[in-house]
Amino acid sequence: MSTSRDVVLGHIRRAIAGLNTPRTADYEAIPRGYIRSGGLDPRDRLELFQSRIEHYDGGVHRAVEAEIAATIARVLRARGKRRLVVAGGLPRGWLPPQFDWIAEAEASNADLDRSDGAITGCSVAVAATGTILLRHTDADGRRALTLIPDYHLCVVFADQVVETVPEGIERARSVEAGSLVLTTISGPSATADIEMTRIKGVHGPRTLDVVLVGGLP
Amino acid sequence: VIRVGQAAQAPPFPVAAKGALANAQLRRNVRHATNVIRGKRALVVGEMPDWEQLRESAHAIKDHVVRHLDVYLEQFEENCTRAGGQVHWATDADEANRIVISIMQSAGGSEMIKVKTMTSDETGLNRALEAAGLVPHETDLADLIIQLGRDRPSHIVVPALHLNRTEIRDIFRASMAREDLSDRPEELAAAARQFLREKFLRVDAGFSGANFAIAETGSICVVESEGNGRMCVTLPRVLITLVGIEKVIPRFQDLEVFLQLLARSATGERMNPYNSIWTGVTPGDGPQEVHVVLLDNGRTTVLEDEAARETLDCIRCAACLNACPVYQQTGGHAYGSIYSGPIGAILTPQLQSMEHSRSLPYASSLCGACYEACPVKINIPEILIHLRQRLVDAGETPAGERWSMKAAAAAFASDRRLRTAQKVARLAQWPFARGGRLTHLPPPLNAWTDHRVLQAIPAESFREWWAKRERGGAA
Repeated sequence: MSTSRDVVLGHIRRAIAGLNTPRTADYEAIPRGYIRSGGLDPRDRLELFQSRIEHYDGGVHRAVEAEIAATIARVLRARGKRRLVVAGGLPRGWLPPQFDWIAEAEASNADLDRSDGAITGCSVAVAATGTILLRHTDADGRRALTLIPDYHLCVVFADQVVETVPEGIERARSVEAGSLVLTTISGPSATADIEMTRIKGVHGPRTLDVVLVGGLP
Repeated sequence: VIRVGQAAQAPPFPVAAKGALANAQLRRNVRHATNVIRGKRALVVGEMPDWEQLRESAHAIKDHVVRHLDVYLEQFEENCTRAGGQVHWATDADEANRIVISIMQSAGGSEMIKVKTMTSDETGLNRALEAAGLVPHETDLADLIIQLGRDRPSHIVVPALHLNRTEIRDIFRASMAREDLSDRPEELAAAARQFLREKFLRVDAGFSGANFAIAETGSICVVESEGNGRMCVTLPRVLITLVGIEKVIPRFQDLEVFLQLLARSATGERMNPYNSIWTGVTPGDGPQEVHVVLLDNGRTTVLEDEAARETLDCIRCAACLNACPVYQQTGGHAYGSIYSGPIGAILTPQLQSMEHSRSLPYASSLCGACYEACPVKINIPEILIHLRQRLVDAGETPAGERWSMKAAAAAFASDRRLRTAQKVARLAQWPFARGGRLTHLPPPLNAWTDHRVLQAIPAESFREWWAKRERGGAA
């Protein structure tokens, strides 16, 4: 008796018989006339990134590297957040005193739900779409970390920001990690399911802050 | 059994459309929603100087995949399996449902959280789960509204677009025991968040469809906005993903094309809030038992028809629904299929080997707006005509139409016959012509005039006028 796998593959092979040009050459012949890399200078690229995040109602806070901790403290105080879960690979030096920092490794999903928010880095960011890409290694944290809490503060370095989606995909691929796990975040969670009215924050974090480090004029 | 939801039992489009057209509230809701999406889409598509190139590439990638589909599916299976995923194959809807139920039974849980997937609506999964004593929870806001209201989806991306805020409030009040709810969208969304949060944190099994299955890496990509998708694919211990075999793409890099096209086309956003990509099992992060069910359910039959196989290129953005003047009037339910609008009109009958939903290829004015909106350049109008041709060849047309077409063919075959036919028609039409128009012809010609107005045949044809003019000129 043949398996369903054999049946499906058999149907496909009969249907496409005669169409099998050499696959690799055929793939390489796919036209790719779209824009792959952007033309903005670094300053404009960061401004575009900032304006896109703000368009999604996310906050963007520029900082120099020496002031990461101070900037984070200022942002969290303004938001009224005290107990935050911290991604495993996040440098301790970024964390200001006078807050409750919970290590990701020690936080269950229920702990994440009870916390005030999560703080992570990222793998790469795309200016054109205001997107943060997490490969979930190092300072990106595991997937639940940036999902269950109602607040996400993400530290993005200027040299992590590329202009176009193709550049972002290429960078994300080159991040050394095991098998591919990737989350892209473009602003806080949202829905328009009721009369196409955009509502910010359904199940993911309702508030997103980006601390953008470096690249200041 | 190959099944597309309950399309096989649905009334023909003209019958169902009549009901929809009589519902003024429904038409207002549909018109509002499609207008809003089209406006937003136009803005974010307009700012892309390389939109046409992206469409070209997407079309070429999909075309390439179809021609090597067997190889890419095997590649996907191998890479997913290597990463600890378990791949299953289903020839039809029932087999897919059986596989999902048996995974659930061996996992031992009785509840499942689901992220929006058209494919499970296609197989009728929720019904099958319930019949097996299992409890599916829809978690997409619109799907939740549909499930709680015991309704049917009317749009591929925004399934509850036929309902307004008051109708949604009433559904939530009745099923969440929340008499206090107002009809503010923010409050309704917050109620859904509260209603589902406990389920996200507790339920042991998750279920998703797939926007893309990446052959090169064995990964699945799910595109969404609310975060319910991330919840379903991240928090449960067991994850099952149902994937139509046409969803496979060759390489991770190809996402750079589709992710740029999909959100702008579907919701008019530059990028949707969340994309989740995972590969089998990741130790210490996410579900530790991961299944992928590859579903045929008629897709290989679509593949057989060379003139229509690009139907399988669809990435389910619903831009063609929003652009369609027919859909804008009737909404999705009239199509009798979970796949509605122009893409539904070509996909639904083909999946069922043209044995059901035969009225759908006619549910179009062939204006071409769908083709223009399609981010992967599926030539829907041409496929509609091709499918009509298939139905005509199979003798599926009404006797009146066959008779008229035969008569027309005979009349147009010779100059003498055409002249005679014009004279006869001119005489025969006089009891029906009013002010140069024919509004009510007797059967079988009323099949045309019940819905359309014909110009009456004029007292003088162009050729008669021309001949007279020539004579006059010579004189």
